[in-house]
Amino acid sequence: MTVLHAPSLTGLVADVVPFSWVDGPGNRYTVFLQGCNLNCLACHNPHTIPRLTRRARTVTVRELVDDVARLAPFLAGVTTSGGEATQQPEFVAAFFAALGEQPATAALTRFIDSNGMTDDATWDLLLPVTDGVMLDVKAVDPERHRRLTGSTNERVLASLDRLHAAGRLAQLRLLVVPGFNDSPDELRRTGAYLTAHAPGVPVQLTGFRPHGVRSTARRIPEPTGAQRQAYAALVAESVPAELLTVV
Amino acid sequence: MEHADFRSRARLLVDSGALTYRQRVKALADLAEEALDPPKVSAACAAALESGLIDDLVEGHAPYRPRYLLPDYGKALAQGSDFLQLGPPTDLHEAIAFLLSMYSQVPSITGYPVYLGDVDVLLEPFAAEHDDAELRRLLRLLWVTIDRMLPDAFTHANLGPTDSRVGRALLGLEQELVQTVPNLTLRVDADVTPDALLLDAVRTVFACGKPHFVNHAMMTRDLGADYGVVSCYNSLLVGGGAHTLVRLNLAESARRHGGDVDTFLATTLPAHVALTAELMAARIRSLVEQARFFEHSWLVDEGLASLDRMSAMFGVFGLAECVDGLTGAVTQQDRYGHSAAANALALRIVERLAELVAATPLPYCEGNGGYAFLHSQAGMDYDSGVTAGARIPIGTEPPLHQHLFAVAPNHTHFPSGISDILHFDETAVCNPQAVVDVVRGALAIGMRDVTFNLDSNDFVRITGYLVRKSDLVSLERCGVARHGSDVLAAGSVARSHVTQRRVKRVVSAERSAARP
Repeated sequence: MTVLHAPSLTGLVADVVPFSWVDGPGNRYTVFLQGCNLNCLACHNPHTIPRLTRRARTVTVRELVDDVARLAPFLAGVTTSGGEATQQPEFVAAFFAALGEQPATAALTRFIDSNGMTDDATWDLLLPVTDGVMLDVKAVDPERHRRLTGSTNERVLASLDRLHAAGRLAQLRLLVVPGFNDSPDELRRTGAYLTAHAPGVPVQLTGFRPHGVRSTARRIPEPTGAQRQAYAALVAESVPAELLTVV
Repeated sequence: MEHADFRSRARLLVDSGALTYRQRVKALADLAEEALDPPKVSAACAAALESGLIDDLVEGHAPYRPRYLLPDYGKALAQGSDFLQLGPPTDLHEAIAFLLSMYSQVPSITGYPVYLGDVDVLLEPFAAEHDDAELRRLLRLLWVTIDRMLPDAFTHANLGPTDSRVGRALLGLEQELVQTVPNLTLRVDADVTPDALLLDAVRTVFACGKPHFVNHAMMTRDLGADYGVVSCYNSLLVGGGAHTLVRLNLAESARRHGGDVDTFLATTLPAHVALTAELMAARIRSLVEQARFFEHSWLVDEGLASLDRMSAMFGVFGLAECVDGLTGAVTQQDRYGHSAAANALALRIVERLAELVAATPLPYCEGNGGYAFLHSQAGMDYDSGVTAGARIPIGTEPPLHQHLFAVAPNHTHFPSGISDILHFDETAVCNPQAVVDVVRGALAIGMRDVTFNLDSNDFVRITGYLVRKSDLVSLERCGVARHGSDVLAAGSVARSHVTQRRVKRVVSAERSAARP
C-alpha cells in the first residue's frame, strides 16, 4: 500500500503528550488527532471534536516520527487518540508504518484509542501496522448510545467483533455517566455483552468526571468511589474480576 | 571561642528541652570541637570560607573521623571481628546480630553510619534455610531496629542490581513499615535488573519515596565494582570513603566575576576551585596527620577500610544561578532548564569543573588516583536563593521529558553523585510500568541517579534524605524529634519553598552535622 510510505503526509493534530500514563500500557507518546465523528455529552476534550479549528496544527509523519525517536528510550509505545484517530486513517497508518521502519522506534508498541465508529476498510488499512486498540463502548443499547453520543452504535459493535477476531482488542473502556448508562440493567447487559463478544479482554470502567467537559455536562453528578465500585460489581457479574479495573 | 561563651553555650545545650539525650551528647561534642582552632589555611581561603564562596558544611573545626566511611561489611561477615569479638556468622540470626553490632561501631560525620552495605548481597547467602514468611519476620526486626537505633535518614542501604529474595522482602517491608530510615538505593543494570524488581521498587517509591535508582554501569565504570551509595546519594568506594566534602558556591563565583564566560572559565573558576581545594587539603591533613584516624581505627586494623581507598568530595552547587548570572537571563525561556544555549553553557561549566578537579592533586586521595571526586551537592538547610547542585530551580522545572534531557548530560561528570528529584502526580500509581520505563530511559540517556517524589504520600525528600510531613508538623508543635534529620529539614522548610513547590520536585538541603 503506497500510503504507508508517506513521510510528508500531514495530519491534523490537536496536541501531543510526550509522556502519557493513562493511554495504554507503560509510558506512551500520545498524539491527539483533531476531529471526531461523535459528539459525546461527556467528552473530556470537546475542543478536539470539530475538524475545523484554529487550535489544531498540521504535522507531517516525519516530524512526528523524529520526535518519537528522540524520546524512544523512555517509551513503551505510541498511542493515537483524539478526537478520533480513525478519522485520519491514512495519516495514522503512515505514522505507524514509519515507526516500524525506523530502528529507533521499531520496538515501540502502536496503539489506537478509538470510539469504533468506523468501517472495515479503515481497519483493513490500520490493523497491519497496529498492535492494539483500546475501544470505547459508551453503551451497548443503541438508544442510550445515541443519547450519549449523537449516533447509534452498530458500527462500534461491529468494530468490537472485528478487532476481537483480529486479536487486536487491547482494552474495552466503559465511561459510566450517571443518568445515562448507569442503570443496573444496562450495566449487567453491558457486562454480559462484552463477555460474550470479547472474552478475555480487559475492561476499564471509568466514572464520569466533570473535568474538561462542556458546560452543559457539568451538572451531571460525579459518581463517588462507592458508586463506581457498585457499577463494577454489576459488570463483574459477567466480566471476570481479574479483567476489570475501576478508575 | 571565649571560655565564657563556651560555658554559656554548653549550658544552653544541657538545659535545652528540644533535644533527645543522644542529640544533646552530639551537640556537646560539636561544641567542644568548635572550641579548637580550625585547620590553617591562607587568608584568601579563610575569607572565601567566611564569605560563603566556599563552605565546609559545618563539618567541624577538628576532623577526627572521615565524613563518609564505607566499611567492607562482606569481608567482615566472612572473617569475623576481633574488635567486635564475633566470629563469622553461620546463619541469618547471627548475621543480623553481627551487622547491627557493627553498625553501632562505624563512625561518620553524622555520628551514625552513613552506609549499611549491600544488604541483599550480604544476607542472601543466609536466606535459603528460611521460608518467605520467616525471612520477612527476621528482616523486619533488622529494619525496625535500624530505624530505632540509627535514627538518621543519611543512613543508607543498597540493593541490586540482581534480583534476590532478601531484596524483595526488604522492598515489601519498606512498603509496610514506611520508615524514613534507612535511605535506600537500588542499583540498576539494564542487562541484569528485571522489570519485576523495578516494578516492586517503583511501588515502594509510591509507598515511601524510596529507593533512588542508580546507573550501575556508569558507577562501575567510574568507581569500580566495589562502590556504595551513602548519605543522600553520595557514591564512593567500599573499603574507603571520603575524608571531607567541601562545596563551591557557583552562584557566588559568577557574581564575583566581572567579565565574559570565557574569562570566567579561564580565570575566575580555576581560582575558586583552587581555594576550595586548599580547604579540602587542610582538612584532610588534619584528619590523617593530626587526628591520625587511620592509625587507630579498628576498621583499618581489621582490613575493613583503608587509607588507599579514600578520596574526598569536591562539591558544587548553584549551577543554575551561575549560568543565568553569566548570561544575564531575565525571562524563563532564557534560563537553565529552558534554553538550549543555557543548558549548553551549564554543561561547559561542568566539564570545566571536572577538568580542573582532575588536575588538582589532593593528599591522601589514592582512592581516586590522588584527586577528589566531583559531586553535585544537594544543598543545606541554611541555603537561601541558591539552587542545589546542578538542579533546575524549584518551581521552574520544565515538563518531565525536557527536564530529563536538560540535566542528563551533566550526570556523567559527577562520579561521587548527582541527583535530580522528579516529582510525580498520582496517575503514576495506576501505571507503575510507566515509571519503570522512565527510569530505564533516564539511565539509558546517561543519568547517574533517578530520584522520585510522589505528591500524595507522607514523605518529602528534602535533599536526598527523607522526612515525614507529619513529623515536621509534630516538630513544629512539640519541639522534639527522634530523627536528627527532621530538625534539619524543618530548617529547610522554613527557609525555602517546600510547600509552594510545583509538582515534580522538592527542595534539598544536605547537612551532615546536626546542630541545635
